Amino acid sequence: MNTYTVALAGNPNTGKSTLFNSLTGMRQHTGNWAGKTVLTAEGDCVRGGTRFRLVDLPGTYSLYSNSADEEAARDYIIFENPDCAIVVLDATSLERNLNLALQVLEMTSRVVVCINLIDEAEKLGIRIDLQTFRQRLGVPVVAISARHNRGVDALMELVEQVASGQLAPHPTVLTYGDEIEHKIGELEPLVRSALGTRYPTRWVALRLLDGDEGLLASLKKRLHDRAMPQSGKEGEIRYERTACH
Amino acid sequence: MSAPHATNTPDPLDSLLAQAQRLASGTTVRDRIVGDIYRSSRAICKAAVRYEDKRKLASTHKLDRILTSKLWGFPIMLAVLGVIFWITIAGANVPSSLLADFFGVIESYLTAGFEAVHAPAWLHGVLVLGFFRGTGWVISVMLPPMAIFFPVFALLENFGYLPRVAFNMDRLFKKSGGHGKQALTMSMGFGCNAAAILSTRIIESPRERMLAILTNNFVPCNGRWPTLILLSSLFMAAGVASGLQTLATALVVMGFVLFGIVVTLTVSWLLSKTALRGVPTHYTLELPPYRRPQIWKTILLSSRDKSWNVLKRAVIVAAPAGILTWILGNIYISGDSVLQHMAAIFEPFAHAIGLDGYIIMAFLLGLPANEIVLPILLMGYMASGAMVDADGLGNIKELFLDHGWTWLTALNMMLFSLLHYPCGTTLFNIYKETKSAKWTFLSAVIPLAIAIGVTFITAQAARALGWV
Repeated sequence: MNTYTVALAGNPNTGKSTLFNSLTGMRQHTGNWAGKTVLTAEGDCVRGGTRFRLVDLPGTYSLYSNSADEEAARDYIIFENPDCAIVVLDATSLERNLNLALQVLEMTSRVVVCINLIDEAEKLGIRIDLQTFRQRLGVPVVAISARHNRGVDALMELVEQVASGQLAPHPTVLTYGDEIEHKIGELEPLVRSALGTRYPTRWVALRLLDGDEGLLASLKKRLHDRAMPQSGKEGEIRYERTACH
Repeated sequence: MSAPHATNTPDPLDSLLAQAQRLASGTTVRDRIVGDIYRSSRAICKAAVRYEDKRKLASTHKLDRILTSKLWGFPIMLAVLGVIFWITIAGANVPSSLLADFFGVIESYLTAGFEAVHAPAWLHGVLVLGFFRGTGWVISVMLPPMAIFFPVFALLENFGYLPRVAFNMDRLFKKSGGHGKQALTMSMGFGCNAAAILSTRIIESPRERMLAILTNNFVPCNGRWPTLILLSSLFMAAGVASGLQTLATALVVMGFVLFGIVVTLTVSWLLSKTALRGVPTHYTLELPPYRRPQIWKTILLSSRDKSWNVLKRAVIVAAPAGILTWILGNIYISGDSVLQHMAAIFEPFAHAIGLDGYIIMAFLLGLPANEIVLPILLMGYMASGAMVDADGLGNIKELFLDHGWTWLTALNMMLFSLLHYPCGTTLFNIYKETKSAKWTFLSAVIPLAIAIGVTFITAQAARALGWV
């Protein structure tokens, strides 16, 4: 049986954990109070001959390393390299929630955007044009109601397609202002020559411009750990998997 | 031969970082990155989301437009605060004196009972004049304001107003180098500083969290509200026409709260420029939709969880303190009681900052809990010879005046109470949270230095100008 790792990312209070629970059947606490020790809950879910190992990342508003929660979520996506990441959005406040989705899309292309609480949005008269979302984001977008188990099958189908590589999304590259773009352009080749393409170079460049030294420390540690055992291969870092296609 | 590359791997990363720092220097990269991401989100949503009925969404937004507006945000906040104080003070007056009368009557029965069985005078002193009177004071002075303040505050909290307060204050805190969420932990401090220290966990950056911890003490907790409220109503509103006295008292208390906030911001700013240098981090503050609070449930829960617990704690600590104070006040060494001797030691220092030796002692003995500072002071005064029959609120003022109080004493006692070191529980929590003896020590010493400095200045200035 194929097993895929799937990360669940999303803002707090988006029903992310509700989805996680309904998929894995695991009973667990779903509140979100910052300061709680960062725990990433894991659970298995078998659908149509495929096993998904679901990882419930801490609910965060962004993936800059502001807090232990954000760092944990970010590190998981970047370093653990899940086969697919589901970004759960609250349909009733998409504008705010979308920020996180855009940040995840900068890190990996294997993403399915999942608009949850669609029933509440409908009640409030919010009409969401999924097709436009798909075009603008460049990744699969699906609307669900985790509470009522609506759309979850369609979601998992897409997740399987993305995880297996059957579907290779091409996220729209988010462009910044000229000045930042210019700086990214200057830095990205340097990132590539220092790190190769194991990590999304544009994203790393952006994080470095932002002064994210914590990320560099993590990168350093991982490079060092990996470089040591294979020290026989001079002048080459072996890339096991690429995060960015 | 070991590979040079393996050991050298970190080096290109260092130069990469240096390069990035060079590129990023002098610009607010983060603000632009965040701004651009938000712009993209907005653009996408504009294209893909349609609102059929804006009115359904509008109520929260409409309210927020007023409550968090640049123009109205602060005036509304102040007004809300003022109204809460006014309700508390106006509502607490009558039940407070009723309770005090009630305890006075019980006390006279107890005294009669002790006399009837020919109990020794010291036993009557310890149990009735020390223990019973002490706890009776705590209850009648503290229970009514708490019973009103906490439920009202809890209603406001459940309505969803506090995140809006944080939103309004965010700019100020950011300017002072702190974190916007410090406004939330500060609001928590109005209830209990010890709990607020735990709540600083919501602040992610250790630097900003430390700022929030170190400055939390500058907002009055429920242990200090009674002191502020009582002294304001006794001394500060005295010159005002009787109909407006409650209002004047509320304004004075509000003034103290604002002063506390100013000190919070100033100290945050100073620390962030010196010991805790750094740039405030970004965060997203979710403004949850307003909710109609479950009124009775809120009132009952806050009475049970807050008023009752605070009172219990005060009584548990005040009861032995009452006994101790009575004993100290009634053991005489060469003509004066031990209490008087102790107070005399602090007198010169206390005088310099506009207080007296008893007040300093009350603050020292009150370290375990701010709730007991005022009761200890009252008991100290009552035990120190002049036995006043203090069974009504008006008599407290007499008691203070008999001990040479002026408006300056009251003002400086309030200032000292507002600014001085956090209570023992809070310090313990600070140690648990920071795991650092140094920062715990500083969190007591910084406020203490400020308290002494401020009261010294007011005392010296008032005396130099001949106001007292």
